[in-house]
Amino acid sequence: MGILVIAEHDNASLKLDSAKVVQCAQQIGGEVTVLVVGHQCQGAAEQAQALAGVHQVIVADAEAYQAGVAENISQLISQLAADFDYVLAAASSQGKDTLPRVAALLDVAQISEVVEVIAADTFVRPIYAGSALATVQSLDDKKVLTVRAAAFDAVEMTGNANLTALDTVIDAKTSFVSQTLTESERPELGGANVIVSGGRGMGSGENFAILEQLADKLGAAVGASRAAVDAGFVPNDLQVGQTGKIVAPELYIAVGISGAIQHLAGMKDSKVIVAINKDPEAPIFQVADYGIEADLFDAVPQLLELI
Amino acid sequence: MKVLVPVKRVVDANVKVRVKADGSSVDTANLKMALNPFCEIAVEEAVRLKEAGVASEVVVVSIGPKTAQEQLRTSMALGADRGILVETDEELVSLSIAKILKAIQEQEQAGLILLGKQSIDGDNNQTGQMLAALTSLPQATFASEVKVEGETLLVTREVDGGLQTLSMPLPAIVTTDLRLNEPRYAKLPNIMKAKRKPLDTVTIESLGVTLKQHQNILKVAAPAERQAGIMVSSVEELVEKLKNEAKVI
Repeated sequence: MGILVIAEHDNASLKLDSAKVVQCAQQIGGEVTVLVVGHQCQGAAEQAQALAGVHQVIVADAEAYQAGVAENISQLISQLAADFDYVLAAASSQGKDTLPRVAALLDVAQISEVVEVIAADTFVRPIYAGSALATVQSLDDKKVLTVRAAAFDAVEMTGNANLTALDTVIDAKTSFVSQTLTESERPELGGANVIVSGGRGMGSGENFAILEQLADKLGAAVGASRAAVDAGFVPNDLQVGQTGKIVAPELYIAVGISGAIQHLAGMKDSKVIVAINKDPEAPIFQVADYGIEADLFDAVPQLLELI
Repeated sequence: MKVLVPVKRVVDANVKVRVKADGSSVDTANLKMALNPFCEIAVEEAVRLKEAGVASEVVVVSIGPKTAQEQLRTSMALGADRGILVETDEELVSLSIAKILKAIQEQEQAGLILLGKQSIDGDNNQTGQMLAALTSLPQATFASEVKVEGETLLVTREVDGGLQTLSMPLPAIVTTDLRLNEPRYAKLPNIMKAKRKPLDTVTIESLGVTLKQHQNILKVAAPAERQAGIMVSSVEELVEKLKNEAKVI
């Protein structure tokens, strides 16, 4: 059984999500090929070669693939898919954008956000914001899956796969105009061991500074609830939840977050959850391992001092 | 330009659902149903395009049971001009829904199709992209800003690292993210007026669409409950527990 894994990268380097998707591929079982599609993406391709258990890396390097738009990349992937039984990608914004388009081109259904492999054709995925887990058996001959990276460990970087260059170029009607990326020195939310998240209770964007100090002390990433993003305290890519990022760090510290179903959907698989909230009735306390009923503006500076 | 907006009837976002005891599915009987929040944002955006003179007509379509008429009427109360219900009691996968929507688009020839990025029940996040593939139209998913300039569509998208702006020719497919707009509330006179707007009911067969079986749902289970946590009384105690008990710092 051949498995094609679509690499997650920014051309210069490979993202950790790719190593987690390869782990999922290995649990399915079969020969794993990684596709790196982008522009001037040699850096990412070399790192993909080092993923343990990967047999082959295919690189499609062309200007047409620079912005990573789904329109043409999905066509490229669906052409390659002729030789594979599975197509896998991380359930990242890129994977979610591209893979359903691939599935439809192949006339198969897609299984989104796989969290567990039961058998070669059977997978578990959360539905209703994680309120239920559905075990789904695919009846299609080709399986197209997006993988929830937070549910799998990364494979080691000890491999030495072959590299094959592909010169197929497919153009798109869509063109790239611009992008604004959030600059941060802190670890990425998806790969962080510790996450410090703030909600509406933070009161303002300026007040996030104390969470950033705490995050820096813990080597943590900063996250946020939808309320904090909607209020303009922090940019949208920090949102944790059903429609934002799904994370499962060792330690998740929720500060001034009530704990709506949609937020819990994004973090309730964290190993240890700490909640700091002045409302003892806040639903976040029902999932927290350690809760403290306190004003965050007292508790966070104290925490900073004691750690 | 005509705008087509597919909408879905789902369990209200504030309701916590439970899994049926026999593990066959989620129990949705007697729960409050609503328009999927992302679809509401799509309807709002279409209506705003109409108000701005960009769109000439807003058509909403839903695929589901007879009761999905309620969500079509809600959409019309928000400003959509007419509705189409593709009536079926079957639970369809996104690909089948996309195939039905393709048939609707062949009839309607909309210049822009606006969908929500995902429905909050299935959490699939697939339909818009699949429809784009089947119709060979360009797509802009997770939109937080939509601008129509003549025959060109400019869309700002919410991506993992920040925001990305794409340009594409119309017709095109856009899926909405939460921050695209704030949907309005339906006013009572508009709810009354919506009752008189045209609503056609069709069947999958009448559209000439044949669907395949793609999946079996073997089981639906509740996720593992987290062990009850403890409340600590001071920050000192919290730090002590995190260091010595949980060993995470």
